[in-house]
Amino acid sequence: MSSESVEEYLEAIHSFNEKNQLAKNQDLAQKLQVSPPSVTQMVKRLADEGLVQYEPYKGAQLTGKGMALAQKVVRKHRLLERFLHDILGLPSNRIHDEACKMEHSLSDETAAALCKTLNNPETCPDDGLELPPCSLDIDDCDDCAGFSEEKGQTNLITQLSHLKPGEEGVVKFIRGGRRSCQRIMDMGLTPDTQIKVTAAAPFRGPIEVEVRDTSLALGRNLASQVFVQVKDGNPTWLRVHPHGPHHQRQSRPKPI
Amino acid sequence: MSSKHIIVALAGNANVGKSVIFNELTGLHQHVGNWPGKTVERAEGTLIFEGHEIDVIDLPGIYSLTTYSIEELVSREYIAVEQPDILVNVVDASSLERNLAFTIQLMELEPKMVIALNQIDIAESKGIIVHHERLSEILGLPVIPTIAVKGAGLTELMREVVKSTASSKKTVPQKLGPEVEYRLDEIGEMLTVETPYPRRWVALKLIEGDPKVENMIYPTDSAVREKVENGQQYLEEIHGHDSASVIASERYALAHRIATECMSIVIPEKGLGERLEEITSHPVLGYIFMIAAILGVFIGIFSFGDWAAGLLDGVFMWLQSVYFNVLGESWTTVFFWDAVVDGVIGGATVALPYIGPFYLMLSVLEDSGYLARVAFLMDSAMHTIGLHGKGFIPVMLGFGCNVPAVLGARVMETERERLLCAFVASLVPCAARSIVIMGLVATYVGFEWALLLYVIDFLLIFILGRIAFKVAPDEPVGLIMEMPGYRFPSLRVTAQRTWFRLKHFVYEAFPIMIAGNFVIQVANIIGLLGLVESWMSPITVGWLGLPAAVGVVLIFGVLRKELTLILLGSLLGTTNYALILTPVQMFVFAFVVMVYVPCIATIAALVKEFGVKKAGIITVVEIGVAVLLGGVILRVLMALGLP
Repeated sequence: MSSESVEEYLEAIHSFNEKNQLAKNQDLAQKLQVSPPSVTQMVKRLADEGLVQYEPYKGAQLTGKGMALAQKVVRKHRLLERFLHDILGLPSNRIHDEACKMEHSLSDETAAALCKTLNNPETCPDDGLELPPCSLDIDDCDDCAGFSEEKGQTNLITQLSHLKPGEEGVVKFIRGGRRSCQRIMDMGLTPDTQIKVTAAAPFRGPIEVEVRDTSLALGRNLASQVFVQVKDGNPTWLRVHPHGPHHQRQSRPKPI
Repeated sequence: MSSKHIIVALAGNANVGKSVIFNELTGLHQHVGNWPGKTVERAEGTLIFEGHEIDVIDLPGIYSLTTYSIEELVSREYIAVEQPDILVNVVDASSLERNLAFTIQLMELEPKMVIALNQIDIAESKGIIVHHERLSEILGLPVIPTIAVKGAGLTELMREVVKSTASSKKTVPQKLGPEVEYRLDEIGEMLTVETPYPRRWVALKLIEGDPKVENMIYPTDSAVREKVENGQQYLEEIHGHDSASVIASERYALAHRIATECMSIVIPEKGLGERLEEITSHPVLGYIFMIAAILGVFIGIFSFGDWAAGLLDGVFMWLQSVYFNVLGESWTTVFFWDAVVDGVIGGATVALPYIGPFYLMLSVLEDSGYLARVAFLMDSAMHTIGLHGKGFIPVMLGFGCNVPAVLGARVMETERERLLCAFVASLVPCAARSIVIMGLVATYVGFEWALLLYVIDFLLIFILGRIAFKVAPDEPVGLIMEMPGYRFPSLRVTAQRTWFRLKHFVYEAFPIMIAGNFVIQVANIIGLLGLVESWMSPITVGWLGLPAAVGVVLIFGVLRKELTLILLGSLLGTTNYALILTPVQMFVFAFVVMVYVPCIATIAALVKEFGVKKAGIITVVEIGVAVLLGGVILRVLMALGLP
């Protein structure tokens, strides 16, 4: 399983999930232009890796971990689109395919620099979708010093609202209005706190989080202000050769 | 030792058994009211303990001493400014870490303090053993283990309270990281403004960026501002987070260290509560359980209410006949009955039968831990009308009676959310309005038209709720709450709390209802109502297309909405409404009755909770909407060619 194809799948599933839909196998097959059986096989493997939750006949949904990875790629993709469109002036019908090819080789460092140059764009130029939030721990873009490896910013970071029941993580930072940030921290969700999601109400309702031996309920909006580093089980495939597709890994990582 | 008066304040998180301790200590010698000018319940009681008269004040259950909620502000002002003789911090042994984070904040205010380490039995059943001597050693405060529901440890607690009050030992705040403490010392030394707060606390709040404290210091002391901003910058640089979050993290880190040091864990077991938790939070079963529970509560409250109201009605009817038999039917006796006694009857038969059981059920739902689950399940639905999950119960109750609904808005944390919730709740068609809708529209026009009225009302709630959400000041904060484990509510606490709340309601709301009734009756007798009727006729006749008599009906309807129908019949001389109103008029009339002013009891509840001004605004907005839309509906129906 190469990192590039994993990224492609996660990106495709993300495109359905961000519209609050589950990604069905036939839709994925169409989007990625591969055969339905190979989608089924791949989705199953992603589920084994803890990247998606899959319900037969209903479709796939990214877990917090899958979301963290997907957001990273989608963010790069949309930043590139903006760059190609706004700076290089490419026509909008060309930028998507171009960005698709470039996104996998773009480093996090360059992505952060790109964001700074483009002045933190909010939407992508061709279909107006929102860019996933920046996962750097900064309050506003004036403080942005770009990406730095030492600060551990390569970690899998996503919003608490994306975590599924059973997933664990560590709070990294909280973004948003003063009152709500204060409130979130008063309730014990301070940076570097271990958390575990135990339940999620349907219809995008609140999630229940275990923190400091007590149980907290958070509405989705508040939960999306909390950025957590998801526990990353055993991401062997992440460490494959950067030019991925040529390297087929034989060993299957153990499910978490 | 001579007899002495001691003031004790109880402070702690929600769900730690604080109210149980309060009730165990004070029994029936208590008074429930409001903090001056605030919609925060203030429970106060007295006990005599070994020759000491002890006043106990139950502070609200909170998690922090910031300015986030009114409860938090009230608590910190009380502790620092009014200064009780001693503070009892009730700590839940089964979630020590979170509780200690609050203890650390309390100690920052440097009051005399005793810790009641409560619910040690629940902690033990979870496999947690807390070594209270070690905790006491670390904090430098006396720690008394208690099991409040069984009354265990409370005598020792009070003995310690008396002893500690007499001693001169001071509370020393726990130290945060050296980089923070250094700044605090520096800022503390610079402060020139005299405040009732300890210097270290003021410095700490400045570093955290607390707006209240900033306003107190910065206008007169601008040099401090620079120092604080430097300090904040420094902390932000070394920690990589903003200073408020640095302080919050350090407190929790400290709480974690203390908790792990004085706690040992054995094997936990899975109890009945946890199994119940699984069912009630389940995405499918949870909703089924919830619907059953809410329906049960609803039917319980209103069938009891109906029965009790009928009973009371009978009693008052009998009293009325006795009254007129004895005193005879003269101008004065009739006036006294209509203007004074009727107001009492209105209050007693409309409000009390429903509010009593409502307070009881609310208390049970709260204490058992189920309210939190309902809020959890209903959060996303409530967001569509600009509220969050906790607002579901009050809005739901509005279908029965708006009064408990408005009072129930207290479950929301901030003033903003409370007001929004009460506003929405006052628009919900209560049982009295349903009587008008069913009795008039469903009977004479058709059931589908009655349904249409409900649909219109829900649309109105949706739209007005949204608008209010946008208009209301302050930042909206979504749902965040602790999910307490299930437990059996203490019967005594529930009964006592219900009784004291009910008493408080009677004192607050009855005068308004009686006065309202008095004014209208007097106006009727001196013939003012006829005048009002003609003043109102441009609206009632011209704009709404209704008979002129409706003006008086609407005014009396403020007292009791279900009476509008009967009154309309008696003024127009028949109860066959088909003879006097066209179907369109009926629809418009029912609509106006449904939306215009909540009844006098609801207004009284609004005044009690939010003050005259806000209650006035809500009333005026609702009258405006009712009249405006009533006319629009009339014209739409006419344009559609309906009779």
